[in-house]
Amino acid sequence: MNPKRINNIATAVIYGLVGIVVLILLFLIGYILFNGVPDISWKFLTTPAQAFSAGGGIRDQLFNSLYLLVLTLLISFPIALGSGIYLAEYAPDNWFTNLIRTTIEVLSSLPSVVVGLFGYLFLVIQLHLSFSILSGAIALTFFNLPLLTRSIEESLNSVSDLQKQAGMSLGLSDWRTITRIILPVGLPGILTGVILSAGRVFGEAAALIYTAGQSAPIVNYANWNIFDPSSFLNPMRPAETLAVHIWKVNTESVTPDAHLISSASSAVLIIVILIFNLSARFIGNWLYKKMTATR
Amino acid sequence: MKEIQNKLLTKSKATREDHFGRAICYLCIGLIIALVVCILYFITSRGIATFTQNHVNIWGFLAGTNWNPGSVDAHGNPEVGALPMIVTSFSVTVLAAAVATPFALAMAIFMSEIAGKKGTKFLQPVIELLVGIPSVVYGFIGLSVIVPLIRKIFGGTGFGILAGTIVLFVMVLPTITSLSVDSLRAVPLSYRQASAALGANRWQTIYKVILRTAAPGILTAVIFGMARAFGEALAVQMVIGNAVLMPKSLVSPASTLTSKLTTDVGNTVMGTLPNNVLWSLALILLFMSLFFNLLVRFIGKKGSIKK
Amino acid sequence: MKEYNLEEHSIVKITDEVEISSTDLQVYYGNDHAIFDASLEFPKNQITSLIGASGSGKSTYLRCLNRMNEKIARVDGKIMYQGTDINASGVNVYEVRKQIGMVFQRPNPFAKSIRENIQFALKSNGIHDKHVLEERLESSLKEAALWDEVKDELDKSALELSGGQQQRLCIARSVAMRPQILLLDEPASALDPISTSKIEDTLDELKSHYTIIIVTHNMSQATRISNYTAFFHLGHIVEYDKTKNIFMNPSMPATSDYISGAFG
Repeated sequence: MNPKRINNIATAVIYGLVGIVVLILLFLIGYILFNGVPDISWKFLTTPAQAFSAGGGIRDQLFNSLYLLVLTLLISFPIALGSGIYLAEYAPDNWFTNLIRTTIEVLSSLPSVVVGLFGYLFLVIQLHLSFSILSGAIALTFFNLPLLTRSIEESLNSVSDLQKQAGMSLGLSDWRTITRIILPVGLPGILTGVILSAGRVFGEAAALIYTAGQSAPIVNYANWNIFDPSSFLNPMRPAETLAVHIWKVNTESVTPDAHLISSASSAVLIIVILIFNLSARFIGNWLYKKMTATR
Repeated sequence: MKEIQNKLLTKSKATREDHFGRAICYLCIGLIIALVVCILYFITSRGIATFTQNHVNIWGFLAGTNWNPGSVDAHGNPEVGALPMIVTSFSVTVLAAAVATPFALAMAIFMSEIAGKKGTKFLQPVIELLVGIPSVVYGFIGLSVIVPLIRKIFGGTGFGILAGTIVLFVMVLPTITSLSVDSLRAVPLSYRQASAALGANRWQTIYKVILRTAAPGILTAVIFGMARAFGEALAVQMVIGNAVLMPKSLVSPASTLTSKLTTDVGNTVMGTLPNNVLWSLALILLFMSLFFNLLVRFIGKKGSIKK
Repeated sequence: MKEYNLEEHSIVKITDEVEISSTDLQVYYGNDHAIFDASLEFPKNQITSLIGASGSGKSTYLRCLNRMNEKIARVDGKIMYQGTDINASGVNVYEVRKQIGMVFQRPNPFAKSIRENIQFALKSNGIHDKHVLEERLESSLKEAALWDEVKDELDKSALELSGGQQQRLCIARSVAMRPQILLLDEPASALDPISTSKIEDTLDELKSHYTIIIVTHNMSQATRISNYTAFFHLGHIVEYDKTKNIFMNPSMPATSDYISGAFG
């Protein structure tokens, strides 16, 4: 065969394979949305789940997912920020820094089920936190930290060195230069990273099954006392999230309308994550423009 | 002069600020390191309890084919052969990576060599979206589309390695693709120009120059994909059938390390053999994750020396 | 390039009052010896130019004077300022940099408003009195000859200014700290001729209050603005004298070759 023919065939094969991938994605999204969206109703979103009969909603699961997300970000963001600043600004170029980077890579490559099991062992059993939102949030923090740290480090590194020199040359402390000059410039990138990580946290289930638990007790949404066991804000109650709910109704439950619940819940999950992804792009760009151009 | 001298020689607010900032950052990074050490320690100490406390033979654990931790075999040894799960885990991992790699390479070549900016702009979100879909959703679709389809075609239950492979294939595809794109883009433009100047056509350039230069990077991408597949729990657990049997065919129910862990940790009592042996499975997962990490480092080092 | 005997040099002792001086300064980047035995004295309230080809070490030397090479390079030797060796290890580098300001080759205003650019460092140093802040804002912008152009839009982002305006803003930002010395690292090399001449005029005004040390590529700039000039070559200071002596009557062969354009 002559080279030209091979070139044409290869190109055709590549186009074909790319086409298949695009079709797979279209199928996935289409399947979820077409099956799920018609079943999403206000009632579905606002009624509690039913274990043995049809017609249950996802009110508590949806709230739990959001609450867990907020708590996770509250715990993981400050730690990731400090670590990201350390790696981007303070870390010297030596074997110890290399070791730290390796450690973070190891953490990020651990399977989430292993992180979840560690959470179970350490938080639920050792620290007696029991199956609770707090255990879940800390476990998700383990899972979230390495990626968030890396994205913060990258955002800070992308800020021009000239800004740091300007701060230094005015006699500002490194810390003030970093927090008040470099950080604001890197903010759009950091925010994008946080929102993207929020999407991953929102969909995570394996790390939660044995930390936040698999049950969603009925809570009182009018009780704002976080220490009251029946309050919706109490972080010490078990909390099944939306992703865990999908897994549970498909594998262990006897709910008659499991398929309907899962497809509608999947659609909700995907839509929320889509919103996260789109807003990450949008907010990042918007903030960047706002910071660099006209105020 | 005296005053200025004094200022130059004494610590100021800025000095204290810097000490404070450094302390905070050291604390944060210290927390992460302590966490990783803790994870390694806890999982390891739990994982080896099977062998130190319950005196299970390591070989019997790794090579045994009967899994029934509650009972003992004819010799009085507990039946904790994990080989079926190990084999299944490796099978789905290798198969998924093998299927996904051609697709991922095609995507990567398309994005970096063929499509202009427009094509990339369209495919980039496609990949990000595939990454963003949660694993339970993949599992759910596998359960409601792939499993029935396999049942229709091959008979049986539909659960098994084939279903697991298909689900994992879609899940590792974006991982391998995006890392491959990075390594193809890292090939200097001058290589392409040199190749074109010698009269090579596009495919010859891609195949003989670009893919070869990017080979270590692509290998790294595949390993990352395999690491993801090996560690994936719920999506696989939903479609694999969860029967601890030596897999006889691609369409018979089986069980991976991760799927066994998710199903059983809640059903066993802490400190007993059936529970301990599950932690040993987790230890295998941990080791494999570290192994994949090492492999990536090793390839990275070799690749960089060659350049 | 011709080989010169770099052990030979001609460095004059200045007769005016000395503001800052270096003695036997050595700079190492890892194992690379970048600056050799640099000893210079800079006259108070005058402009000194550092000239030389790229890579001659003039910028590296300049950055030693306010400890900007910290963590980048190892600097041995003495830098005497106000009777103190500011290169010693116990010295408060933040205080050093407050007294010895620096302006860089590329304009680097903060991504903040013009007002904040000037006032941020002041506030960080504990100046919160509104009157003082506003007074400093106005006076430093005037000193940098920028006031008339920006006085009506002080809350505009500094990144919207032109390159030349940004550079003058950076000068104003340094001046607002009320330093004793201003170090400028090729401040006009990224600018057009009109902006350059504005900066040169500004520097001429500033020298009545500040000691100015400027690195420049541009020899006519050095002759136009500076009182003294030092010529750097391959990490050595070859010649240091009054500017007019350096350009009219250089005593070292390397200097005369450089100013006549034989290399550089």
